[in-house]
Amino acid sequence: MDLRELYQDLILDHSRKPRNFRTLPSARCAEGYNPLCGDRIKVFVNIEGNMVKDVCFQGAGCAICTASASLMTDAIRDKTEEQAHEIFESFHRLVTSEEPPKAEGIDLGKLSVFAGVREYPIRIKCATLAWHTLRAALDKETEAITTESTD
Amino acid sequence: MSTGSPDSLLPDGETLEELSNSPRATFDVEKIRAEFPVLDQRVNGHPLIYLDNAATTQKPRSVIEAIGSYYSNNNANVHRGVHELSQRATVDFEQSREKVRNLIGASSIEEIIFVRGATEGINLVAQTFGRTRVRAGDEILITTMEHHSNIVPWQMLCEQVGAKLKVVPINDRGEISLDEYESLLGEKTRLVAAAHLSNALGTINPVHEMVRLAHEKDIPVLLDSAQGTSHLEVDVKDIDCDFLVLSGHKMYGPTGIGALYGKKEHLSAMPPYQGGGDMILSVTFEKTTYNELPHKFEAGTPNIAGAIGLGAAIDFLESCGVKALMEHEHEVLVYGEEALRNLPEVRLIGEAKEKSSVLSFVVAGVHPHDLGTILDHQGIAIRTGHHCAQPTMERFQVPATARASIACFNTKQDIDALIRGIKSAIEVFT
Ligand SMILES: Cc1ncc(COP(=O)(O)O)c(C=O)c1O
Repeated sequence: MDLRELYQDLILDHSRKPRNFRTLPSARCAEGYNPLCGDRIKVFVNIEGNMVKDVCFQGAGCAICTASASLMTDAIRDKTEEQAHEIFESFHRLVTSEEPPKAEGIDLGKLSVFAGVREYPIRIKCATLAWHTLRAALDKETEAITTESTD
Repeated sequence: MSTGSPDSLLPDGETLEELSNSPRATFDVEKIRAEFPVLDQRVNGHPLIYLDNAATTQKPRSVIEAIGSYYSNNNANVHRGVHELSQRATVDFEQSREKVRNLIGASSIEEIIFVRGATEGINLVAQTFGRTRVRAGDEILITTMEHHSNIVPWQMLCEQVGAKLKVVPINDRGEISLDEYESLLGEKTRLVAAAHLSNALGTINPVHEMVRLAHEKDIPVLLDSAQGTSHLEVDVKDIDCDFLVLSGHKMYGPTGIGALYGKKEHLSAMPPYQGGGDMILSVTFEKTTYNELPHKFEAGTPNIAGAIGLGAAIDFLESCGVKALMEHEHEVLVYGEEALRNLPEVRLIGEAKEKSSVLSFVVAGVHPHDLGTILDHQGIAIRTGHHCAQPTMERFQVPATARASIACFNTKQDIDALIRGIKSAIEVFT
């Protein structure tokens, strides 16, 4: 398989220049850690009503992890919490399932660039770390979560 | 090994230069490569280049065959059968113990305990020697560069008895200072536990000096030689350490086998580690008499095939000639360090004067994990991450490094491929 299917231009771009790379005081926040490679990120979400008004992240990770966090923040802003959870589920299937994703009613848009990750089982955790952390923040879990038991 | 105070590494009177000028008829790397069946394959369309030997070395044919032959011809339990197979298995198993003894220069096979690996050896010492000798308020001294397996067992012991863990700092090159080390050897220090050769940095610790300084204060020393025995000449009598652990799978042998060396006076005084068969002389419900050394510490049926494989691995090491192998690996290491230093994006982590076999580094703009994937695509296997040495990573303020680790079968061509791979990754990411 061609490496460029993993490292697509959009992924490289977001890993070099991550969007929404900042902190949000007084927001729900969770920290995620992947002990395998030392990736560590914090995700901050501001909820108004049940809408994700603002979402951002900080931390250090590999290109897949950073780009995934960056694209995630773009994808879930101005979505409802339920929609955010649905996108999470759909993204998770995209990067983990053996089968190519079926049409699911949810348009992953730019997030589909991560389809190549499923060919690299060891990198799935890189792509999902930000998402697990987001879910923890939405659920207002406060402890650091790790990817060890979640995938 | 490296230039600098060579007394610990080179035989009397020989200098490094003389060594490298001496005839090399003994070390033919192509012949040695051919001994490793696994190397003869393509990975992701490229010839496999295996540079992850600090995680586990590949196995020569003789080791693989020794294990197969034990199961095909001699499989039986040891130390308990009158029948022929059991006797054969026992002889081979005990011969391996003798090979370990001879490799590290111990006085007697009573001082060689078979364990699962370096990790179990350290836990054994912590839970027997440690539990009986370390009290509340006492201290155990380790170094910053330890593998988790030489940190956590001591933390557990400290928690159990109320002792404190003290840590010798390291400088920016990844070396301890003997002055700082000496000042940490205190009234309350009950044991020093230190890496012989660091898996994360490649640093060779000045173990002779460390042991001498500790012994001046009657403090025993355990050496974690998991990385040592395949890259250095190890002589426990010369070093005078009290304990030393080694790991089969890091020295061309199988996983699940290792050895603990302990001075007889210590081992005799220590309580058993686990209870069960083989470690007893007699059992009644009132009283059990423990077996003699080394069996006192080997409860249950041991890893017989593993021990036999380890014996074959030691034969292999000795047939290469440890000195010749050190010289070869040193040449490849220095070549690799120079090549990496020529890349402005690369920062070496671990530049000790006394160093062996490990190239640990970070590349500006390329995360180690991404580098690992890109190299894998070119058939090059390296390790990325914290190498089970998170405190070491913290000391250098990096979450992870890329690590290429060299064994006897690696060549300068392997390093060339690695450098090409790193360059291609830099191209992708910048
Ligand atoms: C320095 C060091 N100590 C201890 C260990 C653990 O050895 P084992 O796998 O034999 O338990 C390792 C292996 O990674 C190591 O490199």
